[in-house]
Amino acid sequence: MATMARSFLQAISKDEAVAPPLRVVQIEGLAVLKIIKHCKEFAPTLVTGQLLGLDVGSVLEVTNCFPFPVRDDDEEIEADGANYQLEMMRCLREVNVDNNTVGWYQSTVLGSYQTVELIETFMNYQENIKRCVCIIYDPSKADLGVLALKALKLSDSFMDLYRAGNFTGDKLREKNFSWMDIFEEIPIKVSNSALVSAFMTELETDAPVSQGDYDRLQSSTTPFLENNMEFLIKCMDDLSMEQQKFQYYYRNLSRQQAQQQAWLQKRRTENMARRSAGEEPLPEEDPSNPIFKPIPEPSRLESFLITNQVSNFCGQINGVAGQNFSRLYLTKALHEN
Amino acid sequence: MAATAANEHTVLQFAAPSSATTTPILTARIHPLVIFNVCDCFVRRPDSAERVIGTLLGSILPDGTVDIRNSYAVPHNESSDQVAVDIDYHHNMLASHLKVNPKEIIVGWYSTGLGVNGGSALIHDFYAREVTNPIHLTVDTGFTNGVGAIKAFVSSNLSLGDRQLAAQFQEVPVDLRMVEAERVGYDVLKATAVDKLPNDMEGMELTMERLLTLINDVYKYVDSVVEGRTPPDTNIGRFIADAVASLPKLPPQVFDNLVNDSLQDQLLLLYLSSITRTQLSLAEKLNTAAQML
Repeated sequence: MATMARSFLQAISKDEAVAPPLRVVQIEGLAVLKIIKHCKEFAPTLVTGQLLGLDVGSVLEVTNCFPFPVRDDDEEIEADGANYQLEMMRCLREVNVDNNTVGWYQSTVLGSYQTVELIETFMNYQENIKRCVCIIYDPSKADLGVLALKALKLSDSFMDLYRAGNFTGDKLREKNFSWMDIFEEIPIKVSNSALVSAFMTELETDAPVSQGDYDRLQSSTTPFLENNMEFLIKCMDDLSMEQQKFQYYYRNLSRQQAQQQAWLQKRRTENMARRSAGEEPLPEEDPSNPIFKPIPEPSRLESFLITNQVSNFCGQINGVAGQNFSRLYLTKALHEN
Repeated sequence: MAATAANEHTVLQFAAPSSATTTPILTARIHPLVIFNVCDCFVRRPDSAERVIGTLLGSILPDGTVDIRNSYAVPHNESSDQVAVDIDYHHNMLASHLKVNPKEIIVGWYSTGLGVNGGSALIHDFYAREVTNPIHLTVDTGFTNGVGAIKAFVSSNLSLGDRQLAAQFQEVPVDLRMVEAERVGYDVLKATAVDKLPNDMEGMELTMERLLTLINDVYKYVDSVVEGRTPPDTNIGRFIADAVASLPKLPPQVFDNLVNDSLQDQLLLLYLSSITRTQLSLAEKLNTAAQML
């Protein structure tokens, strides 16, 4: 309890000063277990839930969480959802659980979580809470023996850009902003109270090998890789569609500029003729002419998100392929002996 | 008054006769999340309370096993002769939990501390009104006897003729199991603090090291048996023989081909993903660097 009091004080005193950048997310084993259980039970449906905890200096502590019910039609149950949240927070407060929202968690399928909805949810949360984080859990990787838990945050530069609503090429070039700068991944630390740790050690004494190891040594990763490849191909298709949009825009733009040049030439010759005839020269610009209407440049947000996803898939494939190498060499060595 | 008796085999005799459809509860299966919840609530209890109670959620399987999957704490007040439980809170939390997972129903209640006492019997009565034959779980957070004991009880009423004499708490065997996904996070859940979650390759490295240690141990054991230092144990010998025999017997040519093919597949995938990455950076340069006029 003493550490709680100290961190409360710290939290209050840091309010005036500028908050230091978030460096680590500290999760309690309890929250991790709850997230795993909830995501796994409802796989393959995607589920979300709320994270509760404390924001202390450069560490964001997540001490508890609760799941959101799956909503079928959003219209009727909008108010219900808010009620549920309030109810849960009130009840948890009564048993002395921190009922400070620090973010939310969601499950994902094979790591394809970069969508516009995610960004919108982030912006919604950011309005109310100074620092929030999103935890992504991938239940499909549990078969491979990997705990796929990631903490994400939108980078500040991205948030400013998004608020301005401007994703044109010029703005992005000014800020030197690339697709890698949208999301920031924050390292996760897991902590457990001593009591819980004592219980767990007693329940399952330190075995030399754990089940996770057995899973990792399995060499049948083909279904995972196949799914990854499928998603990758789909994303590449989306990416090429986006690029085609850009090409179309550029083509239109250059055509429009050519048209403008031609019209300008015509006006100039006309003006020279008029001047020689002693009449008023016509203005060189004509805003009512449709060829001068500026064409809106398509937003690059989609393409950035898709790029992020593709990169994610590539990374996953790399990781699994690397593991497969080690496994294959291992079996080779065993066989020779 | 309540009495505790730890007698697994007579549980059938004391089956609750209230309705013909209730199957006698044979074992309780607990998910580690419940233990975590209980410990967390215990650590956060208000200073005046000596122990924490709460509701257990789960389901009853057709073979009589109670599968306890989730739990939440319920505020209560306990003095030497009275027990007050916040029933509204209990119902509110139950409704909220049911919204998320309607299959998890009340199966009983838990309390910290070792053994049952008078207050527990009253609380157990209250829960018996909510569900037939509730199960009572005690989690010994005080570690009396140097052991963190987790015990489960079912109660039955002892009556003489029409008068109710006492409630007898019968102990039920407890089975603690972990679902696969939780096993994955197992290392992470045991220690008091883990600095960072291992990623793919680091996890692989850890596993390899462990495997190597295991093989070394077995090697040393076999050596010492051969030299006569340790008495041979036929069971272990059989296990080792089984393990060695489980390697598939393929002619070396076929095996090499197999391994090489898989290696080539993996290399192909790596190449593909590197190409995709290069393509991405090219595309991005083209998109944002293109200037008109």
